[in-house]
Amino acid sequence: MGRALLAGLVGLVALLFTVSLLVGPAGLAPTEALLALIHGNGLAETLVMREIRLPRALLAVLVGSALGLAGAAMQGYLRNPLAEPGLIGVSGSAALGAVIALQTGFAAAHLLALPIAALTGAVVAVLIILALAGPRGGSITLILAGIAVSALAGALTALVLNLSPNPFAAAEIVFWMMGSLQDRSMIHFWIAAPFIALGALLLLTQGRKFDALTLGEDAAASMGVHLGRLRLTLVLGVASMVGAATAVAGAIGFVGLVVPHILRPLVGARPSALLPASALGGAVLVLMADIAVRVILPTRDLKLGVLTAIVGAPLFFHLIYKTRMQGQL
Amino acid sequence: MRGQAITRSLHALVLACLTLPFGGAALALPPQRVVSINLCTDQLAMLLAAPGQLISISRISHDPNVSVMLEEALAYPINYGQAEEVFRLEPDLVLASAFTSPHTVGLLSRLGIEVAQLPIASNLDDIPRNIREIGHLLGREAAAEELVGQFEADLAQIRAAQPGVRRAALHYANNYTSGVNSLAHEIITAAGFENVAAEAGLSGGGTLPMERLVMLMPDLVISGQPYPGASRSEEVLRHPAMVALRDRHAAGALADAEWVCGTPAVLRAIMRLVMLHDEG
Repeated sequence: MGRALLAGLVGLVALLFTVSLLVGPAGLAPTEALLALIHGNGLAETLVMREIRLPRALLAVLVGSALGLAGAAMQGYLRNPLAEPGLIGVSGSAALGAVIALQTGFAAAHLLALPIAALTGAVVAVLIILALAGPRGGSITLILAGIAVSALAGALTALVLNLSPNPFAAAEIVFWMMGSLQDRSMIHFWIAAPFIALGALLLLTQGRKFDALTLGEDAAASMGVHLGRLRLTLVLGVASMVGAATAVAGAIGFVGLVVPHILRPLVGARPSALLPASALGGAVLVLMADIAVRVILPTRDLKLGVLTAIVGAPLFFHLIYKTRMQGQL
Repeated sequence: MRGQAITRSLHALVLACLTLPFGGAALALPPQRVVSINLCTDQLAMLLAAPGQLISISRISHDPNVSVMLEEALAYPINYGQAEEVFRLEPDLVLASAFTSPHTVGLLSRLGIEVAQLPIASNLDDIPRNIREIGHLLGREAAAEELVGQFEADLAQIRAAQPGVRRAALHYANNYTSGVNSLAHEIITAAGFENVAAEAGLSGGGTLPMERLVMLMPDLVISGQPYPGASRSEEVLRHPAMVALRDRHAAGALADAEWVCGTPAVLRAIMRLVMLHDEG
């Protein structure tokens, strides 16, 4: 079951990745587009395919898998299906870090300053959330802490952008809060990729520990899981992935909520199986959203977070209702 | 527009007749305390006003990014275009643009201050019209005619020189560009270039997705000047695809302050493009 599911998800990612490469306002025929991408036929076509569409499709995979995996990992650690990087303010704080790096000129001076600053913002948020919600991650404290962190990060992001001498900066609050992959380049891919790969490595190797944790902290500790170390790994892994993803694509919400929720019953609720499946599922969701924004409004920059929220918010309502029914809220 | 201007002038005349005790046949005196609250009216007023007639110009004229007459502008006190501060300057004429906030214009008018709103120049022929209008409002018709004469002679000389074969694209932050019915389009075509945004069917200002701009393969990319601080909107100017487009030819060009207003400064913008055209 697990292996077939992963293979199916890989196939879906490959299919959507190809579709993503073929969608765009330039009006290229599919064969023409792929020939330009692979062989470099035609200067204009090659530029469109290699410099505009390829980074966009690659980033959708990268950012989607980061958000899906980070959501599944946080939910595994806190054993709470509402723990999602966007909802609890981790993405918002990463955006704040990125905006500070950009507006102080730090990001222009060092190539890696942007993802590192976003990562720092994300680390601070994860630490605040874990401190407030406690190791067991009660739903009410988790959500309330998330609201507070999100509100503060959002306000400070708006403040920094409003203080910028650049007249365009203030209008970009929407980008930082909703996310978009429009007009990104391979540079963005290369600055995000190492951090996301590192985070994925940190989190994917913890699957067995999350499995043990489903039996309770004491049982996990008796099985040799070092909770303090797991917590540190989680903080670094989530912050590294969400930080890098947000630095290049803005804060895209609900991916980490929707994807693990859909996949959980398919993997028998085992965190170790849910982690890789959620990474692939996140890539599927963000690829679909990024194709949809270009099909719905081809000439405008419709934000990805708009679509993920339209899909994700009703699910969020459902989860809150279900949690209440189980008497956990 | 001209109809409105005449109506406004008539109003001014009637007002002047009512306030002058021995008015009779006397024409309205030219305004003595003129305040300009728009970058473009600032420039025309500085070119045309009599010494001491213009008492304040807009803050934007002191911004080196967009002001073509920075040196002259630094000699004038600035205002922030707010009704309250403009009223306190006790102007007898306020110069504003057609796009100035209607709240500001309405408030000043209700306070009894004459506000003249200059239409936006969307082609080169609008420039003599605007010069004449400001000249008329300031009672400086002779100076205006002289400036118009010089402008038209210079423009005719530039236009006589060029056949249009090469293609250019304007590329600003957020992939903003200008098609037909815009001053920028006229600057490009007057310099002998074809505007690719016009080929794409764009009228006035608007955005053209980067993919489409690349597919149009312009010979020259004219970029907007980045502001200080950082913005994602301006990142498109440094996008590798646009850099690759620009690198195909040695020359790139910058659309700067000279492109903003319908004043004789646009001739300098045209001249610089003509030189690029000849080099290529």
